[in-house]
Amino acid sequence: MKINDVILRTVVKGVVFIILTLGVYLFFSGHNAPGGGFIGGLVLGSGIVLLYITYDLETIQSKMPFDFKKVAALGVLLATGSAIGSLYFNAPFLTQTDGYFNIPILGEKHLSTVTIFEAGVALTVIGTLVTIILSISEDE
Amino acid sequence: MESLMIILVGILVSVGTYLILSRQMIRIILGTAILSHAVHLLILTVGGLKKGGVPLLSQSDGPYTDALPQALILTAIVISFATTAFLLVLAYRTYKTNGSADFHELRGMSDE
Amino acid sequence: MNNLIVLPLIIPIITAVLLVFLRESIMLQRIISLLTMIAVSSITLILLNIVQAEGIIRLDFSGWLPPFGILFVADSFALLLVFTASIVTTICLIYAFSTIGNRHEKMFFYPFVLFLIAGVNGSFLTGDIFNLFVCFEVMLLASYVLVALGGEIGQLRESLKYVLINVVASWMFLVALAYLYGTLKTLNMAHIAERVAEVGQDPLLTTVAILLLLVFSLKAGLLLFFWLPGSYSVPPAAIQALFAALLTKVGIYALIRTFTLMFPLDQGITHTIIGIMAGATIIAGCMGALSGRDVYTIATYNVIIGVGFILIGLAVGTESALTGAVYYLMHDMVAKALLFLLIGMMIYLTGETVVKNMSGLIRNYPLFGWIYFIMMLALAGIPPLSGFVGKILIGQGAIEERAYVLLAIGFASSIIVLYSLLRVFLASFFGETTISFEDRKPIPKGAYVSFCLLAISIIYIGVGAETLSVYVKDAVHTLVNPSIYIDAILKEGA
Repeated sequence: MKINDVILRTVVKGVVFIILTLGVYLFFSGHNAPGGGFIGGLVLGSGIVLLYITYDLETIQSKMPFDFKKVAALGVLLATGSAIGSLYFNAPFLTQTDGYFNIPILGEKHLSTVTIFEAGVALTVIGTLVTIILSISEDE
Repeated sequence: MESLMIILVGILVSVGTYLILSRQMIRIILGTAILSHAVHLLILTVGGLKKGGVPLLSQSDGPYTDALPQALILTAIVISFATTAFLLVLAYRTYKTNGSADFHELRGMSDE
Repeated sequence: MNNLIVLPLIIPIITAVLLVFLRESIMLQRIISLLTMIAVSSITLILLNIVQAEGIIRLDFSGWLPPFGILFVADSFALLLVFTASIVTTICLIYAFSTIGNRHEKMFFYPFVLFLIAGVNGSFLTGDIFNLFVCFEVMLLASYVLVALGGEIGQLRESLKYVLINVVASWMFLVALAYLYGTLKTLNMAHIAERVAEVGQDPLLTTVAILLLLVFSLKAGLLLFFWLPGSYSVPPAAIQALFAALLTKVGIYALIRTFTLMFPLDQGITHTIIGIMAGATIIAGCMGALSGRDVYTIATYNVIIGVGFILIGLAVGTESALTGAVYYLMHDMVAKALLFLLIGMMIYLTGETVVKNMSGLIRNYPLFGWIYFIMMLALAGIPPLSGFVGKILIGQGAIEERAYVLLAIGFASSIIVLYSLLRVFLASFFGETTISFEDRKPIPKGAYVSFCLLAISIIYIGVGAETLSVYVKDAVHTLVNPSIYIDAILKEGA
């Protein structure tokens, strides 16, 4: 049975951008305020799941041809990579560093390697979340 | 405030225990989720509920808030998220293969 | 600070993640995973020798000094177990190459084994009790997947129970941690030990200790082993061997650490409870092993007997008993892995699990039969094989402490172990062969290699106990004098 989901589709088209933007915002605000990789990743992941629910699997998969298992793996790789990067500089495992950089247009910004770690966490969360939802819904 | 929180934890634990003791798979999984929330609140409460202090030692003269319980809870939440997600998928597959979500019918070792 | 300590945890994780990208090329997956495990084993050996020279070393993650940060601590006890675990995993991988089958290999079998060993190594090495919880969970999540991998009816059913039991156990672990943090305001194991010694072990702390005992008993299969026979019987042989060798041992390690380092003061209560539980575990395990008709039941109950026996060493708690427990832990990891690999091969060859339906295996596979014989003697504790040293030392400790009941139970269990395994040997290996020489299935070469390697390790632990004794002595010296461990962590940082 095909349900009439015009309202859902129309709303999602607009809302999904807001959700994804919120996810990115939460991800970046995590450095000094509530937020961070895990929460940002969850919001981004639920945005993607919402797309899967609204449109069917094939449509989304043709537009977003990622293997989400590999996204999760990439995330773990980023996070552990940022952790063992410190071994190269002979600092204790997991040591992070930060500094103030002058970037054209944006001005002086505070950059930190924690962001790489957090990006890894976010990718892992997105990957696992979507993989779980897909593995349940695929065999229907 | 602490006693209120402990009572809440107690209620959550009893709800979780009740759900875990039932036979339906999905109820048991919800029960474990509620239990894990209860223990997160417990960690927060025994860590001390203080308002207004900052968790950074160099930022003010005190009193300081202990930030560690929150870090512990975040870790525990991530782990319980992963476990619950895995359990849900596993329960779904078991339901599909065994044709039952009732633990009473999932007993037995050798009677394949 | 020595960054080498973190490598046994981080190398398997990174390789596991890389292997996810190499899903289709199985050959590459095998080579990389094998090389990883060999690398981890050699790094651990190097670390073991560094610890002999320099004493306990620690690594404060991201430079946070104890007691504030998370840290890894490498002492001889932890490193010996990491080393044995890594060797056993390497050998089980060799066995898996020829037996596990393409389907498992494509379903990320190797990555999950590597995650499992990362969790196991992390649990051994960590010096922070919350980090222990996290490493436990890494190990458990990998084991959940490995139990269910393959998706057969029995596997799904048993894995669901296994996961639920462990979720509840982890929940209790968190409750114990919450109260521990509430009372002592620290989670660093050395710092906990110091504060417990300062304030004395009052009833509240003893309660926390007993809660931890309950949690680790569930994981180790000490008395609370009702979940173990079911979930250890369903996965393929290589995974069973890994579980039997590693998972319960992590629980035992946690128990020994908790009750020698953190809560050693109220021995009248805690160690008595452990002693009673160990005795009851052995008796129940013996009953299970005697009543079993299929090889799985006999083998899984033998795991339980082993757990009980090692914890007699902890319950008695003297230096010689703990030395025996460390020897026996290493022996048990190797021998139980071999037991499960051999049983898996028997089932593969005959297609039967019930003992009396198999017969005459030794005619077609003489070497296979004799390796089983060696393993059986080692588990029974016959000199000069690996079980002997551990048994004799635990026995000696029990006599010193006048724990004659535990002594009697422990040594009676050796006879039951021998009897139950001998029954399998007589029924399945001797007698008329049911399969003619022409129809027999060949045993894969990789399987033979892994059997021989494990058999050599068994003989080495027994005959070469003298060469190991340097490490074991140092390990036990730290266990009976927790102040060495505490000073190594808190003194330099202060």
